[in-house]
Parts: sequence; C-alpha cells; structure tokens
Amino acid sequence: MATLTIAQALNQALDAALTDLDDVLVMGEDIGRTGGVFRITDGLRDRHGPQRVVDTPLAESGIVGVGLGLALAGIRPVMELQFMGFSYPAFDQIISHVSRMRHRSRHRFTAPLVIRMPYGGGIGAAEHHSESTEALYAHIPGLKVVVPSRPGDAAGLLRAAIEDPDPVIFLEPIRLYRSVKEELPDLASVPLGSAAVERHGTDITLIAWGAMMKETREAAEKLAASGISAEVVDVRSLAPLDITTIAASVSKTGRAVVIHEAPRTAGLGAEIIAQLQEHCAYDLEAPVKRVTGWDTVVPLKMSEQHYTPSLERILAATTEVLES
Amino acid sequence: MLQILTPRGELVGDRPVDLDDAADLYGEMVFARTYDRKGVALQKQGRIATYAPFEGQEAAQIGTAITLEPGDWMVPSYREPAAMWMHGYPMELVLATRRGTEMGGSPPASVRVLPPSIPVGSHMLHAVGLAWAERLQGTDRVAITYFGDGATSEGDFHEAMNFAGVFKAGCVFVCQNNGWAISLPRAEQTAAETIAAKAVGYGMPGVLVDGNDVFAVLAATSAAVARARAGEGPTLIEALTYRMGPHSTTDDPKRYRTDDELAEWRERDPLERLRRYLEAEGSWTPEWQAELEREGSARVERAVELAEQIQPFTAGETFDAMFAELPDSLLGQRAMAEEL
Repeated sequence: MATLTIAQALNQALDAALTDLDDVLVMGEDIGRTGGVFRITDGLRDRHGPQRVVDTPLAESGIVGVGLGLALAGIRPVMELQFMGFSYPAFDQIISHVSRMRHRSRHRFTAPLVIRMPYGGGIGAAEHHSESTEALYAHIPGLKVVVPSRPGDAAGLLRAAIEDPDPVIFLEPIRLYRSVKEELPDLASVPLGSAAVERHGTDITLIAWGAMMKETREAAEKLAASGISAEVVDVRSLAPLDITTIAASVSKTGRAVVIHEAPRTAGLGAEIIAQLQEHCAYDLEAPVKRVTGWDTVVPLKMSEQHYTPSLERILAATTEVLES
Repeated sequence: MLQILTPRGELVGDRPVDLDDAADLYGEMVFARTYDRKGVALQKQGRIATYAPFEGQEAAQIGTAITLEPGDWMVPSYREPAAMWMHGYPMELVLATRRGTEMGGSPPASVRVLPPSIPVGSHMLHAVGLAWAERLQGTDRVAITYFGDGATSEGDFHEAMNFAGVFKAGCVFVCQNNGWAISLPRAEQTAAETIAAKAVGYGMPGVLVDGNDVFAVLAATSAAVARARAGEGPTLIEALTYRMGPHSTTDDPKRYRTDDELAEWRERDPLERLRRYLEAEGSWTPEWQAELEREGSARVERAVELAEQIQPFTAGETFDAMFAELPDSLLGQRAMAEEL
C-alpha cells in the first residue's frame, strides 16, 4: 500500500479517472505543461495527451462557462481554478448558469462537472491567494461543496465528484497538500454528503473541515493528554451538510466547538450551530462556541497568524465550553 | 455590408434559395410577426408576464436558424423565439416560460436548444463548450448563439470569442445588433465602427450583414455554418437590424429614441422588402397574405392553449429538479414546504 500526500492522492485520482472514464477532460490555467501551480495535474498531459488535459487561456469565467457547455454535450470537465481567490470572476457562471441548469430545464439539461480550487491560507501567500470563502458556494442552491482533509478522502471524494450527475465545487486545503500522509489501500469512492467521525470521544465534539483539521486533530491530542475525551467530526461535505452525523455526535457528548478558517459572520459555523439547535438543543449541556477567522481581509504573511484559528484559540474555546 | 435584397425589394446579389423557398421564408416571417404582436397582446391581457418583442428582427432570426440541421446546438437569449421554434423548440414551451414556469425550459430530447438565457452575454461561452465537445466526440455538429449589441460589452463575450478562436470551436456567433440595449444606443455601447470588426482580435472572420435582408443573413450564416462544420472554426456575424418595439413590455422607447428614427427603419422592414420582391416575381398576392395571417393566428392560439394547460409546480415539486437525487436536507425542506 502506497503512502501518499493529498497532492499525490489527487494526482492519482485524476489519472485514474482519465484512464477509466473516456468522457473526462481536465482543464485549467497552466495545468498541462507545468502540472498546475501546486502540481496536482503533474504528468497527466504526458500520459493522456493535450486533448484531454487542456491548458486554457487565462480566463476563469471562460473556463467555467465553456466547461458547462462541454458538460451539456456529454463531456465531464474537471476544471482547476488556480486559487479560490481567483474563482470570483467565474462566480457569475457558477451561480447564474452551472448551479441552476438542471432546475431551469427540469432535468432536460444537466451539469455534471467538477470545479477544483485550492483554498485557505497558512502558506504566506500573496494577496488573494489565501481565501476561505466556502460559505459563498455552500449558499448557492444546486451546488455540492466538498473539502477533504486527508489523502484517502481527497481521492475518494474527487472520484465521487467526477461521477456525480450534478456540479461539485471541490475545495483543496493548500496548507495540507503535502503535510498529511496516509496509506491508501485503493482509490475507492467516498460518498458526497457525508461527514466522518474520525476520532471517537465522550466529553466534547470538535467540528471542523479542510485545513483546520490539522489544529483540530492537535487539539484533540492535547485534550486527551489532559484526560479529556474529544470526538472529532470532519464535516467533509459542506453542501449538502450531513447534520445527522454531526448532531448524533453532539447529542452523545453534549458539548461542541465549531472551528473554521473562514470569516465568522454568516460562515458555515453559524449554519451548523443553527442546525444543532433544530436537531439536538435539548441534548446540549453548554452553548456551542465558534473558533473562526475574523471578519477581516486575510492578512499577508507577517500578520497571518493573528487571523487563522490557532491551537491555543481552539483549546481556550474548548475549555470554556467544558467549564460552562 | 452584405446585402442581397434592397429595402425596395430589388435583388442586387445572388439569391441563396429558389423562389419557392423564398416564399416559404416569407411565410415564416409573417408568422413570426403574427406571434410577436400576439405576445405583446397576451402580456397586456395579463396572460403572460413580461414579454420582449422582436418585431423588425424576423429576418435575422429566421435567416440564421434555417441554416442549421436538427443535431446542431442553439444557445439563445430571451429575444429569439422565432429562431428557437425554427430549430424545433415547441412554441407552447416558449410561451410557457413567459407564463412563468420552468417547464418551458425543457424541450424534447431531440431538440438541442438550451433554455433562453436571461443574463446578457454569459451564455455565449456555453455555445463554445458545446461546439468544442462535438469536435472532441468526432461529430461535425455546430453551435449557434444569439446575443444583442449590449452583450458585446460584457466580459464573457470576449472570453467566448477568445476561447472559440483558440480551440477552433465550430461556433457561430450571431449578434443581432438592433441598435439599442434598453435605452443605450449602439454608438454609446462601443467605440468600434462595427461589432463585426471585433472578430479580428480573436482570429476569426467577422461578417457585417444587413440583418433585415433575409437573403443576406441566410447566405452569411450558411457560409459560417459550413466553415464551422468543416472544422475551420468560429465566425462572428453582425446582423444590423432594429427593434421596432420596446426592450420589453416594461419600458417606453419614446423616452430614448425619436419617431423619425423609427420611421426610417420602418422603411427597411424585413417583411416588406421580401414581399415587394415576391410580388414582382409573381409570388405574392393579398389573398395569400391574408391566408398566412389567418393560419398564423390560429397556430399561435393553439400554442397559447397548450401553454395555458401547463400546471404550476406544487411546493414540493419545486425541489425535484435541484439534483439528480435529492439529499436528505432537501427532502426535509420539501416535506416542510408541502405541509404548508
């Protein structure tokens, strides 16, 4: 069994999809010759040819709009946008056309496509390169939004996204591309719309996704060392949200903290807490807290640490919830 | 500017179809006008919602759409009902959309026409993708897309033209330049002398045609479709025409343009010039005209009746076309919506 990083797992999943499925086409800026900014598509052009691994002109709206046309005619495009912060020029295509094609044609025309975008900060990148605005996409009816935090899920969710009959926004945590390794028994598909309880515990539930899983896992370890049993839920699917799994965990532990890198206001933490109120308010023994990015622009490298939720902030919130 | 039939109905170039087919084109144009005037009336009666009239643009729509084969794709905007039904879109569905149901966006599987796009300019990219997909799949199917002069100011117009050029997509871009983007005149839309000239920047031919001359429109589009079908890439056609009515039934064109301008364009009417030509050739009579109008009226009435039989969705059915399979979260909301 191979031990792979998220980046390698994604590369293998794309390679396998191109091999197994004749109608898959990988496209984006600089994804062919250079293998993409993060080298996720490295080697694919050589193996599958420039007809199936296509370097496009530099135009995000164009990529997604043309990709929708391809999907409507029977090709399955897997598009890469270089950074989430560069997805906004394509936002109009995504919200005005991609997400609603099935509804406005009552199933006659569908958009089976995947839009991949690296997201999040923590690598000291330039302005616009550290965005975590997943709530924008999760808010749009007709889209599925998934975020892996480990290599197995990255490969499995990507395969499921490619085979899904509806459009999927696939977010890739930049910070974890090469820092998490895992043995991959095979590149099995992971169902979209499912959260994963990745660590079992009894005292409190820590709820996170994507890049924040790193600090969340560390927090659970620290808590364990001081005798506190934290359950960790990797939300993994932001739309649709698997509230059943999340609420079941919170019902069991009675306490919860939601951790996300995205801005606080109208972030998915607010949605999750609202749904916990609907599903398991009477099981709660303390108010649920959020640890989030702030409602500020993501600061550049020298001050970025003030923005991203740290292990210390997560532990402080956890302690407050446990003590209240 | 390519012109084959002058406003006075004189042939000044090669007629692209025989006389019988020319008469058929005339019949289609009379029908289109009958439909359009009916559309305005239906809106006034409250039987359909906002309507976007296209009187004056019949030649641009019929002369382009008639050049397609059934397997070709059409990506329309909201002002092209004639082009849509010429390509097989059931008329009652065109009207159903105006009545306010998404059922109108769902033609039979054999009809390759996307639901009309309301955002101006963003749909052209879809035509490029469709045309490119056909080439990847080894067919010679082409895609035609319609838009107005206003849409050429949108960024997506430029991205679509650029992608089409780079990928040699078999896409025919048809700009129905009707002079006005709601209240903004063409001269304030772009500083370019013509819209067709923009094609140069994207490495494709740009053709300016008299959009009120159905022969010229048909000839130019046939050439563009043939070029696309042969794998030689896209073409931009600017059909210079005029919208005789308002942008939609919600605006008053008297606020932004003069009666003189309207009268000037009335002289260049696409129907009248073909009528004059056919009459000179002995192929038009007042009796035939009356018959066309009578039959056209009945045809529209039938479509209206069919459209009015389409029932609105229930609260629950609104959810049903969101995804191939509804996730639990939507099933829950669906149940809540149905309870009310």
